[in-house]
Amino acid sequence: MSAAHPLAGESLGGEAPPGLAVARPLPDLYPPRKAYGRIRRTWRRHPTIVIGGIILLIVALMAILAPYLGTVDPTAIAPSRRTRVPSAQYWFGTDMLGRDLYSRVVYGARVSLLVGFAVAFFASIAGLVVGLVSGMVRWADSIIMRIVDGLMSIPPILLAIALMALTRGSIENVILAITVAEIPRVARLVRGVVLSLREQPYVEAAVTTGTRMPTIIWRHILPNTLAPMTVQATYICASAMIAESILSFIGAGVPPSTPSWGNIMAEGRALWQVKFYIILFPAIFLSLTVLAVNLVGDGLRDALDPRMAKDA
Amino acid sequence: MPDPKDPDLKDTPLLSVENLQVHFRTPDGVNRAVDGVSFAIRAGETLAIVGESGCGKSVTSMSILRLLPEPPARLAGAIRFEGQDLLGLSEREMRRIRGNAISVIFQEPMTSLNPVLTVGRQIGETLRLHQGLSRKEAEARAVEMLTLVGIPEPKRRVREYPHQLSGGMRQRVMIAIALACSPKLLIADEPTTALDVTIQAQILDLMRDLKSRVGAAIMLITHDLGVVAEVADRVVVMYAGRKVEEATVRDLFRSPRHPYTRGLMGAVPRLGAAELPGAPQRLAEIPGMVPSLKTRIDGCVFAGRCPSVTDLCRSHAPALEPKAPGHLAACHYAPKDALAA
Amino acid sequence: MTTPLLAVNDLRKHFRLGGGLMGRGTRSLKAVDGVSFTLEKGETLSLVGESGCGKSTVARSLMRLFPPTSGQVVLGDTRIDDLSAGALRPLRRRIQMVFQDPFSSLNPRMRVRDILAEPIRNFGLAKNRADLESRLAALMERVGLPREALSRFPHEFSGGQRQRIGIARALAAEPDLIICDEAVSALDVSVKAQIVNLLQDLQKELDLALLFISHDLAIVEHMTHRVAVMYLGKIVEIGPRRQIFLAPRHPYTQALLSAVPVPEPGAGRTRIVLRGDVPSPINPPSGCRFHTRCPHAFDRCRIEEPLLDPVGGGHFAACHLDGAALPAQAA
Repeated sequence: MSAAHPLAGESLGGEAPPGLAVARPLPDLYPPRKAYGRIRRTWRRHPTIVIGGIILLIVALMAILAPYLGTVDPTAIAPSRRTRVPSAQYWFGTDMLGRDLYSRVVYGARVSLLVGFAVAFFASIAGLVVGLVSGMVRWADSIIMRIVDGLMSIPPILLAIALMALTRGSIENVILAITVAEIPRVARLVRGVVLSLREQPYVEAAVTTGTRMPTIIWRHILPNTLAPMTVQATYICASAMIAESILSFIGAGVPPSTPSWGNIMAEGRALWQVKFYIILFPAIFLSLTVLAVNLVGDGLRDALDPRMAKDA
Repeated sequence: MPDPKDPDLKDTPLLSVENLQVHFRTPDGVNRAVDGVSFAIRAGETLAIVGESGCGKSVTSMSILRLLPEPPARLAGAIRFEGQDLLGLSEREMRRIRGNAISVIFQEPMTSLNPVLTVGRQIGETLRLHQGLSRKEAEARAVEMLTLVGIPEPKRRVREYPHQLSGGMRQRVMIAIALACSPKLLIADEPTTALDVTIQAQILDLMRDLKSRVGAAIMLITHDLGVVAEVADRVVVMYAGRKVEEATVRDLFRSPRHPYTRGLMGAVPRLGAAELPGAPQRLAEIPGMVPSLKTRIDGCVFAGRCPSVTDLCRSHAPALEPKAPGHLAACHYAPKDALAA
Repeated sequence: MTTPLLAVNDLRKHFRLGGGLMGRGTRSLKAVDGVSFTLEKGETLSLVGESGCGKSTVARSLMRLFPPTSGQVVLGDTRIDDLSAGALRPLRRRIQMVFQDPFSSLNPRMRVRDILAEPIRNFGLAKNRADLESRLAALMERVGLPREALSRFPHEFSGGQRQRIGIARALAAEPDLIICDEAVSALDVSVKAQIVNLLQDLQKELDLALLFISHDLAIVEHMTHRVAVMYLGKIVEIGPRRQIFLAPRHPYTQALLSAVPVPEPGAGRTRIVLRGDVPSPINPPSGCRFHTRCPHAFDRCRIEEPLLDPVGGGHFAACHLDGAALPAQAA
């Protein structure tokens, strides 16, 4: 190395004895970075979670605060002002019965979010139980998995339509039907995770230290299935929102008396060539919400992926 | 700092790494994986780079091949191969060098081979790419290479897929691929670590044999002092991203100068030594653990674990200086021969 | 002679291989095929051999992580291989295990305190809360970790420290025997020495028996009393350390020892380089399983399986070659 290095000699700070060979300090190749706060750091590492989370938060607030957002009764019929175009008075216009579309879309968020989160919650719980039994109990596995395979060979939406055909349209039944249709996906995932966790040395160590099977499941297996399940739950939430809209759209979902993005679109279908905005606004909200949920899901997947975590 | 006009390095080396720094940006700070490492390899020589995990030995080899994604990695210094600085080359120019003039053998023979291509195709691929051989010529050369690395029935094996071969055979195939274009430098990154002892013995024998026949310089990266002693000519000892000692293999094992090198040698039991009179009942430990490379270390990197550490070590990082002819060590207190340059 | 701490008699573990739609394969992988040894209190027996020789399967069968196919395992005076899971649980306390991978052998979501308390609670070893606390503190001190580390999670530790936690978990059960399954193989050289020393200290202080499973012959020689060499599911040679390392009788042991690279440049050793690779344990060779690679094999080796014969001083070897005809070779 050339002696003419710009830093040569500078390192020999005061008290070094003469003749001592001291290494030249080396430059930092990366400039030191300011220590960011928690929020900035989360944003930098997981922008999708932040974006998705913000959209979701707005939609959720909209659903909760619906009565205070300048809405009127979303079911109030006013034949005199049917199919008005969007204006200062009717932000999103009115539908063919004269109902205020803005109010209907805002209230409709309640149905979508409720169905989405309820299905994600119940399908996860039920799928977790089925998956755990299947993964832990050898003899039950082949039986359960054949049933799950059978259910999975039917597209979830068809299964949900079939189930809805057996009952009357209500939010509870919509949630139940979509949940049943989504359970196999969770069960499969959980079973796979359980089977790989069972082989983990720390589970073997729990066996050798005399831990009973229920405790092993509760303490060593269950907590480690939560990460992949959370990710899966977000995807189920998104697909349940779409499923609810489809069910409502074809008239097999929530009753027409309850505004939902699906049945608003269904009602606007006949007029879409002339009054496209009736379909446009609920469609925008549905897409944005589903996109937001998926963004959160993708972000969580990256954040919880152990391989990514190692690099971090 | 090693003087490039060191008598040992008078003829231009094949590869010279000069003051290499490799820093990685990570979410929780900059990792100074390699910080100011210099060494040279002459044609036909085998240089071993020894150190424990995280010492920067593999990062160094990946930097030579320019296989590190930049960013998060950032490189500084110079890597001169036949006088050309590899750090200044484009990806396109690097591709012409990789697998041709410089080739590499990785630790894991299973994942380094493509499972859906025959062994012959994989050897032939590099030849057709770099030397423009026809399919026929490439296959003939592949058979030749398999014979060279001691695979029985090469004509049959050339048509087989990696999963049909055992671990030892796969490593032989890896070596055949690496040697196919007659490289000037072969980088072997832990080539025998994943193998069983008896297979390791076969591969080490093969490497020694090839060294004399093929004449490529070898840069051997390993943590196993036994492997170093068997195949290397010269050794570089790395610790926490720095080179702490360099010597010929004989000098290093006979009189290690750096306290870390001494510690390493004491920590490894020698086969056959347990029954000798006066054999130690306990292994020598190096207390503590490797420092984090994410905070800047101003003094000696080994200060935190060194048995003879002083305040001077903590405040002033020792430079590499000759302690005996051709024997460099970075320690203020390492014994220095009168004859040292 | 007193009863040994552990006696293993003709242990076999065959894994049935799946195949066919009905999942009833007829082929099986004979991972362990008739292994017998005994282990005394306070003694270290090492199982050595290359990957696939069945040494880890022996450990897992002894720990009953899966049931053995046949054979007997006698702990003290109780036969444990045929006990039900419930009857075995209290006896598990006496045999503990330290695993190879210091990363996956600790539950990432549990604090060190809970990891170590699990065996103490399971076996009802602590009289009360205070006793539990003092036991935890004593364990941490014993393995050389600070007491504050109890409230931390595994990912906050280095590989060597995690292995100390793994050892503390095994000690928490107050076992008579610890099985170390490649317990130091994944560690760096300088850390490996620390853990080897720790295991040796613990053995002396607590009079523990160790079943030390490793492929690192130099470490084995450093810390063992006796050695069993395995090849393709069988023990081919077993005996005291001195005799195995200075005068190995089985050609495989000789080759294995000569293959270890020695950190001494220019050490003029004659190396026996074995031809070929280890055959498949699905279809092991007839007769002596080593005959396909043995430099001394003759006709009888291909037909008749050699038995472990005593060659003096508690040293047994399974080889047809007359002891005298075989040059005893120092490693």
